[in-house]
Order: sequence, then structure tokens, then C-alpha cells
Amino acid sequence: MEPKVNILIVDDEEIVRESLASWLKEDGYEVEAAENGARALERLPAKDWNLAMVDLKMPGMDGIQLMDEIRKARPETIVIIMTAYATVDTAVQAMKKGAYDYIVKPFNPEDLSMTIRKIIEHQKLVKENLYLRKELKKQYRLHDMVSKNHKMIEIFELVKTVAKSNSIVLVQGESGTGKELLSRAIHMESPRKDEPFVSVSCVALTESLLESELFGHEKGAFTGADQARSGKIELAKNGTLFLDEIGDISLKLQMDLLRVLEQREFQRVGGNQMIPINSRIIAATNRDLKKAIEEGRFREDLYYRLNVISVHIPPLRVRKEDIPLLVEHFVDRFNIEMGKNVEGVVESAMRLLMDYSWPGNARELRNVIERAMVVTKGRMILDADLSLPQAPGVSESRGKSLSEMEKEHIRQVLKENRWNIIRSAQVLGIDRVTLYNKIRKYELKKEQVLNT
Amino acid sequence: MIPDAMLTMLQDHLRDYLSLPVRTMRAMPVPEGSYERNRNQYNSTRILREILTETPADAIKIVGVIDKDLCIPILTFVFGEAQLGGVASIVSIARLRQEFHGLFPDDGILFDRLVKEALHELGHNFGLIHCHDRECIMYLSNTVRDVDRKRSTYCGSCDSALYLKSEPWRA
Repeated sequence: MEPKVNILIVDDEEIVRESLASWLKEDGYEVEAAENGARALERLPAKDWNLAMVDLKMPGMDGIQLMDEIRKARPETIVIIMTAYATVDTAVQAMKKGAYDYIVKPFNPEDLSMTIRKIIEHQKLVKENLYLRKELKKQYRLHDMVSKNHKMIEIFELVKTVAKSNSIVLVQGESGTGKELLSRAIHMESPRKDEPFVSVSCVALTESLLESELFGHEKGAFTGADQARSGKIELAKNGTLFLDEIGDISLKLQMDLLRVLEQREFQRVGGNQMIPINSRIIAATNRDLKKAIEEGRFREDLYYRLNVISVHIPPLRVRKEDIPLLVEHFVDRFNIEMGKNVEGVVESAMRLLMDYSWPGNARELRNVIERAMVVTKGRMILDADLSLPQAPGVSESRGKSLSEMEKEHIRQVLKENRWNIIRSAQVLGIDRVTLYNKIRKYELKKEQVLNT
Repeated sequence: MIPDAMLTMLQDHLRDYLSLPVRTMRAMPVPEGSYERNRNQYNSTRILREILTETPADAIKIVGVIDKDLCIPILTFVFGEAQLGGVASIVSIARLRQEFHGLFPDDGILFDRLVKEALHELGHNFGLIHCHDRECIMYLSNTVRDVDRKRSTYCGSCDSALYLKSEPWRA
């Protein structure tokens, strides 16, 4: 629902107050009337008045004096001076004192409608602007990550602090939450930012391959090792070594890694020279390491070695306020990458995005937006451009009663048919009256659609 | 004077469209004191007050139809006026006539416009406010052009709102 627009009419003539109030109420405005300046001032504190329509000539305080008082008490309230007897002097005086407009009774209805709509529109833009500025400040950006979730902002703050140290960081979170992005951010915030950031995915390789990937190997260390090769630890030099999916490495490799972390030196496979480690190590996993320890799949001592500074990134479904922000972020990014000019996502599509549970987290959202940007034909991404695995609601059908499902289904059909009752009733296979009854029973209301 | 035939047609149309019983009352004299001499128009708010005093006890809504040009003090003219969520409303056919705009009289066009404005004011009586849909009856018309552009029906959401608000009397 749009917020109510409050209008205060001040006129000593009852018939003017009554007729103008009635005319404005028909347009959906909240209207109150006062018969003189003193009464009007009494009403000022009660509401956020958008507009005061003030008669120029009133016994006691005149319209100009009242306008001065209103502007002192409520500077955001717009004042229109009304008069039956226009003179250039009063008009000039009123405008100089800050009246938005000076209108002579009687007024053409079309012009009055237009004037009021313009005022409301203007005020809405001013408010929206203030709101957006405030939101912009609230939102937080850390390199390629954006969020306004308080938990994430705490993490961002933590990252800035820990980046200065050399401590090992353990980043935990479901897949797609941005563990590598966060690790890169730590790297970029650290004094090592000009050194390499080397990433190793521990899940992708077999044990022996991972070993040589990490530590490197000497020539002839194993079949096929026809020349010596540096491992990722060496390549990271004075930079950052990012060990992704650390929870997936074998127990043997866990032991090797523990020794390396403790001694801060290692040997290449098949080599005997100790090579010192100068890089900063960040490990990440989507597994519950404590549970893995209980099950004997992860060494407890390695866990404590890694868990010096622990960061847990919350999944997207618990920080849905970030969805619009991320969408905007991805749209901006793909606009640049694809050379497109997409402005955003229509409100109904945004609602689909908000309703979805995002098991694949921000990465999944990025993929959905990327695909939508490819297929969309217009400037806005529409519902049909999104390829979400399931319709929202369907995935959450468990635990819902039949009537809840019915309500949801009717709401959906009405939305799809833009609240065309006849068409919706046809789709639902019921008659118009039954549909009306169900709308009333479930208290369904047409949702406001943004003009996009 | 409003031709009887037109009032009968209006009565039948409102009855069929709203599924509510509709009857036509005897014509009221135009209230003294509603005439604004310097404007040569009639004050619709004053007439509305008078209509209220004449409303029969069993009437849930009452619409006055008048052939005088209506105004309110602040506006140069109005096509009609209604109490929002109240009982009474009034519609003037003066500016709905083709001849007001220098054209040949056309009862068909006049009746179409009258139906739209009567349903519009009744909509207000049932608590509906102006609609943003330019083709909906509840769209604010400031000109006959606006009136002619509207359909003779409410949009989906105004229709459902009206249906729900008028239902207590439909049974």
C-alpha cells in the first residue's frame, strides 16, 4: 500500500471546506479541515501533512500569517494559498513567503488535480531520494561482496582487522556463499595484496595429485614426473594460499598438512630440501568440521590449527535483504560484461527471487541473473526470464493445510491474470461468485504493482 | 428536466449491473440557495445536503440526476459529487450533453456518459476512491473526453471491491 497522503484545508467558509474535502477524499486523500488559523495550528502536530490548502482571507490570522507558522512548525508541508479575489500584490507576497502555488477560486478541476498530483509526486521523489541515500550508507561493500545484513557487515569489519595479521583463517559456509570471494577480500585488504593469491581446490584432485599440486615434486618423483615442478604453496610465495574444500582431504594429507602448518616448511614430493612457507593460509569448507571430527573423518588437531580465526558466512536464505542488492550488483556487472543495458528486475520477478530458498546461495543467484540477462528482451528482467528450479511455494508445500494451498493457488492465479476475475475464474474452473467468495474468505488483496 | 425514458433506462441499467433493486423517485425541486448567481451554476454540495433530507428510510444509496450545471466553490464545475462511503450522490447531465460542447445532441452518447458517471458516484458511495486505470469507471474524469475514454464497467479490482462492499444488500 502506498502511504496515505494527508491534506489540511483551512477556510472560514464551511461549504468550501466541505466540498473541497469531499472532492479530495474521492481521490483517496486523507483530508481534515479547520475553520481558522488557530485551529489549523492545533492540528499540525497530529499528522505528517503533505499539503495545506489555506484561504487567504480569514478573520483573525490570515493565510499568509498561517503559512509562516506552518513553515516554522512543519517545513516539509507544502502550502497552497487559495483566494477568491486575486491581486498581483497578494500573489507576489504569497509566493515570496514560500507558497508553492497561489490559486484563484474557482479552479479548473483538471488543473487542481494536476497541481496536487505534482506536489505528491515531488514529495514522493524527495522522500525516496532520502531513503535511498540512507540505504546506500547502510549497504556495505567489501571488494566484490555486497551486503547490508548485520552479520555480514560484522564479518566485513572482522576481515579488515584480520587482514593485517598473518593468522590462519578458516572460512566456513554453504557452497555458493562466497568463501573464495571473502578470502580474496582478506588478501586484498592485507599488506600481501600485490603478491599472488593462489587457490587450490582440494576436492577436485586425487590424494597423490593433490599432494604434488600442493607441495610440487622433483623430477622422477613418480611416473610421469619428467621434470621438477613447484607446488601451489611455493607459487603463493609471500601472498595468500587459499585451500578450498579443506574438509574433503584424506586423513594422510591432513597429517602432512598439519606438519607443514606447524613447522612452516615443507618438502617437494620426492625431494629432500626443506622449503620455508612465507604465504598466509586461508582454508575454507562447506562441511561441518566438528561433525567430521566426531565421525573420525577430520583430525581434531588440524581443526584447531586451522581454526585460529573463524568466519562463518550465513546462507542467502537467512539474509534475504541482500537479494535485491546482489541482483543489482550482478545486473551492473553483467551489463558491463555483456554490453547490455538492463535496468533491473520487475517487482513480480523480484518477489519470485525473494521467495526462492537459494540452496546454491549467491552463486546460484548470480547464475540465474546471468541467464536472465542473456534471454531478456527488454530493459527489465521479467518473471519468464528467470529459470528457478521450482515455482515458489511448491517446494514449501509440506506442512501446509489444504486451505492454505488453495489460498496460495488462488492468489497466484489472480496475480498471473492481473486480477481479472473472469479470466481467473475460468482458469480455476469455478464461477465468478465462488471466486469472489474465496477472495473474501482468504482476505486476498490486489498487490500494488510498481510502474516499471 | 431529465426525460423519463432516460431515467427508466438508467434505473434498469443500474439494477442489472449492480444486481440490486433500483427505483426512481418523484423529481425534487432544485433547492433554493444552491444557485450561485455570479457563476450561473448550482452548488452541488448544497444540493447533496438537500437530497440527504429526502432520502427514504429503506434506501441504502440515493443518486440525484440533475440537468443544471454544477460547481463547488473551489472548482469551476463538477460532473457530480458523492459522499465517500456515504448515502447520497448527484450527477449533472449538463456538461455530458453534446450540445454543451457545440455539437449536435445525441441521446445515445448522453446516456452512455450518464451511466458511467452514475456508476462512478455510486462507487464513491460504496467507498471506492479514484482508480489509476484510465478505462475504469472509477478513474477521475475532468473532461467528457475522460468520460468517453472510460469503459462502462469497473476494472477487476474496483469490481471486486464494489462487489464485496455491496454484498450485504444483495442477498
